[in-house]
Formats: sequence, structure tokens, C-alpha cells
Amino acid sequence: MYAFIFRHLPGPLWLRIIWVILLVAAALVVLVTWVFPWLSQFSPLTDSTIGT
Amino acid sequence: MNRRYEAEQPFGRQGEGLSNLGGGIAVTRRDRSQRPSARRRRRSFLQIAAQVFGELLITAGVILLLFVAWQLWWTNVESNAKQDQAVEEFFADLGENPVTQEPEEDIQTSGGDQIPVLETMAPGETFAVIYIPRFGDNYTRPVTSGVTTAVLDNLGLGHYPETGMPGAVGNFALAGHRQTNGAVLDDIHTLVPGDRIYVQTQDGFYSYVYRNTQIVLPDRVDVLAPVPTRPGVEPEERMLTLTSCNPRFGAQERIIAYAVMESFQPLADGPPDEIAAQVADVAAGSA
Repeated sequence: MYAFIFRHLPGPLWLRIIWVILLVAAALVVLVTWVFPWLSQFSPLTDSTIGT
Repeated sequence: MNRRYEAEQPFGRQGEGLSNLGGGIAVTRRDRSQRPSARRRRRSFLQIAAQVFGELLITAGVILLLFVAWQLWWTNVESNAKQDQAVEEFFADLGENPVTQEPEEDIQTSGGDQIPVLETMAPGETFAVIYIPRFGDNYTRPVTSGVTTAVLDNLGLGHYPETGMPGAVGNFALAGHRQTNGAVLDDIHTLVPGDRIYVQTQDGFYSYVYRNTQIVLPDRVDVLAPVPTRPGVEPEERMLTLTSCNPRFGAQERIIAYAVMESFQPLADGPPDEIAAQVADVAAGSA
């Protein structure tokens, strides 16, 4: 799958490597901004209050 | 090794579709350099599906590891920065207040054994700073009204709004994370009876003395009662209660630390000796 994506990125090798770095960075931003905060509500580590 | 290789050879020759597994590597390499798509075309749907599935599983594993790192490390970095800022703002506000206040009056109220008590703040309002020397020389954390995740995840310690304010007869109860988002009460189990917990408000410094710890189930709201664990009883002492999750890295129980108020020192008299250097550092840092 990743090999397929890499082959279909436009440009020469160096440009495709830059593409990969950008795509991974974008994925990380999405994860940290939306996915992880949402996921953390299911984590028991954040229950510190009494009676909730 | 040798015998095994011989045993497998006939099998490798037998299945033509699998022939590129063993001896075919050299051929494939040559193929690939000449025609990039040659090897790909030969793969069956099942092989592609298995590879995509495997790569997705690896991706899921990497994402879960990233989540653990984010939760246990990065949320602390973020929350600590926000807490430092809240402490800075608290001190900046203090710097403005003495102009309107008359310090001499404060000393008089202290002499008359009257301890000033703030009114309950609006949710999200940082109204105090707490110092716990047992947790380290640099343990300076803001105290914010409310125990919603918005408060606890960003600003560390939250005040149960239905409980008393610092210095009030009754129970001044706080909640904080044991792990993640600043991990403000990670060391709560290291408190030793006699340890001081200092709470600074715009009025002065309230010194509490740590007394004991209790481990309870999460539904025990009576630890927040004016007389902890004895709801309905008229309070006589000024209590401070810290609640966090227990065990560390878990939340099956709650760990509760109780402290009793010992003394009050108005802002004009300066901070108590034990935290004088620390308060000066923080005040200088936010000036």
C-alpha cells in the first residue's frame, strides 16, 4: 500500500521523499489535534475526580 | 539446514506460481530493473490484500504507540506550559492589587485572628497558587475553579466548586491528574505527615499540614464533605483535600490526601520561610 502510494507520488525521487515527509507531518497534525484528544476520553488515566 | 533446503526444493519447483519465492529472486531483481511493474503484475489479489492488511496493522500499532507517547509525555509538556502561564498571570494580577489594597489593614485583620476567605470563583478562573515542597522546589501550580476536563486537562489542579475556599472552616477540595496533562499529583503518595502545603491567594498564604491519606472507590463523594467522610457534621477545622486517581497509571480507585490548616500569613508579611525563595523566583520570573 505504502509502496503503491510512493510510486504514484509525482516528481523525481527527492521530491517524492519531501512529499512523504509532508504527508507524515500532516497525518501527525491530524492525530494530535483531533484523534488523540478524542481517544483520550476512553483512557482511564484521566479520571481524577470523585463521584464522576 | 542443508537437509531442509533439499527437502523444500522439489516443492519450490513444483508450484509454478510460487517459483519466485526461492530461486527466482535473482531473476526478479533483473526484471525489476528493466520493467518496474513486472513483479507487481504477477501478484495475486490475495497477496495484495494480505500486504495491505499487514501494512494497516503496522500503521495501527505505530499510531497506538504514538498515542501512548502523546498521552503520557506530550500532554504534560502542553499542560505545564499553560500552567506556567496561569501562574504568571496570577502574579501579574497580584502586582496590580497592592496598589488598591492597604497592607496595614491586612496585618490588623491577621492580628484579630480573622482569616480572609475568597468568594467562590467562576469556573475556569485561576484564584490561587499552591506550593508543596515535598513535590519539589519548583512545585508551583495554579488552582482553578471547576473540575471539568477543560480545567484539569489544561490547568492542572481544579477546585470542586461545591466545597469551601482556602481558609474557610470546612473542606477546600482539589482534584488533579496523577498521570497525563501535567501529572500534578503524581507524587501524592510521597507526602509524609507534617509536610506543609501552602496555598497563596490574593489575600495571603494559607499553610496546611498534611495529615493522612485514604484510598477509596471513585463514588465516595463523602470525602468532599465539610468534615471529610462524615457528611452532615458541622465542621470546626479548616481542611484541604487533594483527590487523584489510584493506582498510578490506573483509575480503579481514588487516592485522597487530607491536610489541616495551621496558619495564615497576609501577603504584606511575605511568604512563609520554607517557600520564600521559591515565591521570589516565581514572582521574578513573571514580573
